[in-house]
Amino acid sequence: MKASGPIRESGVDRFFLVVTYCFLAIALIIVLYPVVYIISASISSPKFVSSGEMWLFPKGLTFDGYKLVFENPKIWLGYRNTIVYTVLGTLLNLLLTIPSAYALSRTDLVGRKLFLALILVTMFFSGGLIPTYLVVKDLGLVNTLWALILPTGVSVWNLIVARTFFQSSIPKELQEAAQVDGCSNTRLFVQIILPLSAPIIAVMTLFYGVNQWNSYFPALIYLNDTDKYPLQMVLRQILVLQEMSAETTGAAISSDIAQAMNNKAEIASLVKYAVIIVSTLPIIVIYPFVQRYFVQGVMIGSVKG
Amino acid sequence: MTGGRTLSSRIFMNWELYLFLAPALLFFLVFCYWPMYGIQIAFKNFSPVKGITGSPWVGFEHFERFFHSYYFGDLLWNTFSLSLYELAVGFPLPIILALAFNEVRNGFFKKTVQTVTYAPHFISVVVMAGMIITFLSPSSGMIVKFIEFLGFQSPDFLTDPRWFKTVYVLSGVWQSTGWGTIIYLAALSAVDPQLHEAAIMDGASRFKRMLHINVPTIIPTITILLILNVGNILGIGYEKVLLLQNSLNMDSSDIISTFVYRSGLVSAQYSFSTAVGLFNSVVNAILLVAVNRLAKRTSETSLW
Repeated sequence: MKASGPIRESGVDRFFLVVTYCFLAIALIIVLYPVVYIISASISSPKFVSSGEMWLFPKGLTFDGYKLVFENPKIWLGYRNTIVYTVLGTLLNLLLTIPSAYALSRTDLVGRKLFLALILVTMFFSGGLIPTYLVVKDLGLVNTLWALILPTGVSVWNLIVARTFFQSSIPKELQEAAQVDGCSNTRLFVQIILPLSAPIIAVMTLFYGVNQWNSYFPALIYLNDTDKYPLQMVLRQILVLQEMSAETTGAAISSDIAQAMNNKAEIASLVKYAVIIVSTLPIIVIYPFVQRYFVQGVMIGSVKG
Repeated sequence: MTGGRTLSSRIFMNWELYLFLAPALLFFLVFCYWPMYGIQIAFKNFSPVKGITGSPWVGFEHFERFFHSYYFGDLLWNTFSLSLYELAVGFPLPIILALAFNEVRNGFFKKTVQTVTYAPHFISVVVMAGMIITFLSPSSGMIVKFIEFLGFQSPDFLTDPRWFKTVYVLSGVWQSTGWGTIIYLAALSAVDPQLHEAAIMDGASRFKRMLHINVPTIIPTITILLILNVGNILGIGYEKVLLLQNSLNMDSSDIISTFVYRSGLVSAQYSFSTAVGLFNSVVNAILLVAVNRLAKRTSETSLW
């Protein structure tokens, strides 16, 4: 890059760079503003938020929204369920993906092309919603946690990414040396390959984990008991269906009924901002630390589809 | 791997690898291929009591009913137009943003913009829908307030069918443009610096170098992603549509996949819904093959 140093940048180039910086600055503001707004709105008095007086920094500081969110048993239950589903689901995802990706990366595996074709077909053609539902039902999984974690056991995309990693980052000589020494494939995998695979295991854990954390659709179609609902289903009720349960609003209703009705609407909007923050918090908190792994994951995958 | 070994001994040598593979293959057989067997109910009158094999065949009856129904045209149009709208707006933006990232030298500013623009990708679709609904709320929504602040009358974004597609597409742009740049940045990292040095010597401006060196380098990546996108034109992500849909914007928000969900799981018309879903998958597969063939002929880049 230093090569261009001595040559002075022309006016045209400087103008182009200024335009580029402006473009990026605008992109930054567009993405950041709604996020800042939600954070500020979640700790501002709803009066200022709905009147438009709060537009950047919190105004009329209040933590009532968070208090109501933390007092809501449904949200806690959803949180707990989501943690269970995410941990179990991700574990299963890894157990299914990592060993099979390694096996598929081995060029000396007879039938490799056939297995790969079998798997790739499912990326472009599937049975569809109803036939899949019927299978889950026939297996007796409806209304159990298995309906949420088994049907999403392997993502073809992630499997390909992991296989690409094994093919490009693990030297073939390791395998050959191990075989000369009479080392079995299992020992090779557990003692040599896995310790070298920390990056891909991290990437897969993150990809699958976020997916499980954010998913709502399987719960919508397979679960009947609201007690089993993951956080996203509880959020759907509060944010999208606008169902504020009695537990959520009841606490704040004052004796005056007219006042109460008014309060209820205001409190409802306050809770919405708070609940967005609370539910997304785990991802926001870990995101800056793991961002480079995510980027790495996409890069590994893009080397060769 | 030395020649002369028989096939069975080569298989036996790696028997453990097949054990590694078995759970994943079992998964694909049960949750991907078994449902494919179930597709036959699209040609039957499926009743849960009789089961898949016991239900009577009816041929293309469900397909005909769908093609002749008054909502067929609307569904097809909504699915196509929403998808093409998203492709036209959402596809070029990550490319432009990636090219812009590439012009800026590594530094705090670049890292900040990247970190921030990647982040919305991780917001769940439910929270995203919640944000859209909250921001567009006629009484207190941030965006509505802003439009009124500028002195305009704000449209009813969520209930006016004319606005549904724009809301869907622009919120998608907000959420995924930054993340979409990563794959192009990976491709851009393969640009040979010598090309730039030579071009600088010839007096090429930054803009010209971007246009004639950087853009051609990522054309194969662009082609592949375009093929995948076009091949998925009827498979537009329905989870967000489903969440933003309401009885007032149904005219423009009802797409094939939300219709499949409603007719199949809500109204329990299993066979009919499966037929509609199958129609969707088949059109997608045909599009994918066609676009891939076209790309192969014109640019020699293709999926297979």
